[in-house]
Amino acid sequence: MQIFLPIADIPVNIFLILTMGFAVGFISGMFGVGGGFLMTPLLIFIGVQPAVAVASVTTHVAASSFSGATAYWRRNALDITLALTLLAGGVFGSAGGVALFTWLRALDQLDLVIGLAYVILLTVVGALMIAESARAIDRSRRGKPVEVRRPGSHTWIHGLPLKLRFKRSKIYVSAIPVLAIGFIIGFIGAIMGIGGGFLLVPMLIYLLRVPTATVIGTSMVLTFLTMIAATVLHAATNHLVDAVLALILMVGGTIGAQFGAQAGQRIRGEWLRLLLGLLILSVGLRFASQLVLPPDDVYSIRVIGPAP
Amino acid sequence: MKTALAVVLVLAGFVVSARPAAAERLLALLSNQRVLITSNYTGVELVLFGVVEREGADAARRGPYDVVATVTGPREVLRTRRKERVLGVWMNTQSRTFVDAPAYLAVLASRPLDAMSDAENRRKLQIGIADTRFPELIHHDIGEVSNDPFRAAFIDLMRDRGLYSEEASAVIFLTPTVFRATIALPAEVPVGGYNVNVKLFADGNLVARTDAAFAIVKVGFEQLVVNAARDHGLLYGFTTALMAILTGWIASVAFRRD
Repeated sequence: MQIFLPIADIPVNIFLILTMGFAVGFISGMFGVGGGFLMTPLLIFIGVQPAVAVASVTTHVAASSFSGATAYWRRNALDITLALTLLAGGVFGSAGGVALFTWLRALDQLDLVIGLAYVILLTVVGALMIAESARAIDRSRRGKPVEVRRPGSHTWIHGLPLKLRFKRSKIYVSAIPVLAIGFIIGFIGAIMGIGGGFLLVPMLIYLLRVPTATVIGTSMVLTFLTMIAATVLHAATNHLVDAVLALILMVGGTIGAQFGAQAGQRIRGEWLRLLLGLLILSVGLRFASQLVLPPDDVYSIRVIGPAP
Repeated sequence: MKTALAVVLVLAGFVVSARPAAAERLLALLSNQRVLITSNYTGVELVLFGVVEREGADAARRGPYDVVATVTGPREVLRTRRKERVLGVWMNTQSRTFVDAPAYLAVLASRPLDAMSDAENRRKLQIGIADTRFPELIHHDIGEVSNDPFRAAFIDLMRDRGLYSEEASAVIFLTPTVFRATIALPAEVPVGGYNVNVKLFADGNLVARTDAAFAIVKVGFEQLVVNAARDHGLLYGFTTALMAILTGWIASVAFRRD
């Protein structure tokens, strides 16, 4: 069944969009990531203008992460204090990212920079996650207990001042790295049009030693807050949020996220990280091939605007 | 005296307008003048009907008529970019900006264009995509570049997307003086005003021309969404944000199992 999208200005098959929303929602519920890094390229692939895709996906990710966050909230598996501290840093990061975005667009090289950013981030993060989770799986295979948190394994990060106690996560850590991580996520998210959950989860685990039990729920709360703000900002400044597209995506996405969250509870943490690592790496390699392989057509058209 | 002068002026005007060569009159009619975009819109086909009216006995002597109808959409500024390999990575290096290109261009003819009229005529009257002018922005001037690979690539890309087309047998004569043609508008065409210019040829010469127009507009819910997004961005943003929260909440309640 075809439906016309008013802002994207194209007709799409409603079931295709629902299925895409469901699939991405399942992944986002399972791993605690927003799924923007999968949804945005998919929409561009079916013909939605990149700017509309990025703006509408933020709305979809907001709904999907809200639904996921409530599921974790009921299990008391999220840390609101940590999420709000991260958000404080994220606000400034987003502002910086939007400024860089505008500057790059003026230079007409935004597409290339976004492509390179995807390649570098996704391949590096994906490879690191695969390596780490493979080691963890290997350890547990050989019968050694999986050491998730060693009390004595504090790094230089734990020596910083301005310490805060995050009760739910049972960590006592300086506010500086928490704000810095929030800033980086906000900055990268604004440029790449993603929530940044796939970066946030490993950062919280490896840098702040947040336990696996609260990391996904906390990441979802932060993703929800940043994406809901991004939706309002995109709608108010660029007028590019397609409410019809977003609604279809979020109906599929929220249902998918519920199934994903349940599936995620049944899989062991290290296997979950391995799967997510493989997924991130493959998307990164896909972007890399796009940059390196000769394109089908070296020419492309961009609409600048109506003729004066 | 004044009345006499007025009569003379009117007569003079009549003589000027009734050029002796224009023995044919061309009438063009469209099946629809307002194409409405609704939620199930997937493109549309319009039918163009035309009638040749012969005036005076000498017109009957002419050979068979040829018709070319040129449909042009709203004008846009479009940039064509070319990728090149730089340090192993494909990136946009050069670009050309077409400052006044139609977003939609369909050339519908009754016969191949080169059989209808000579090259000089086609160039002068801008008949066919090859002879249509696409002014480019060159530094700070606007001009035409012949044999420009960017122009050729631009036309190819627009053809691939169904936005530009040229068909030699699209106009069908039902009788020697009545013809019809189908204008296929893909869903991707932008909203706005469209013009249909119809030219009538006989023996390789232009004998009559006329214009018809139609508009593609969004109505109902689609129009409401577009207006809200454009004119009340903040309110629209808060509404979509609320919609997202509500959808997420409904889903989590509906799937609550614990």
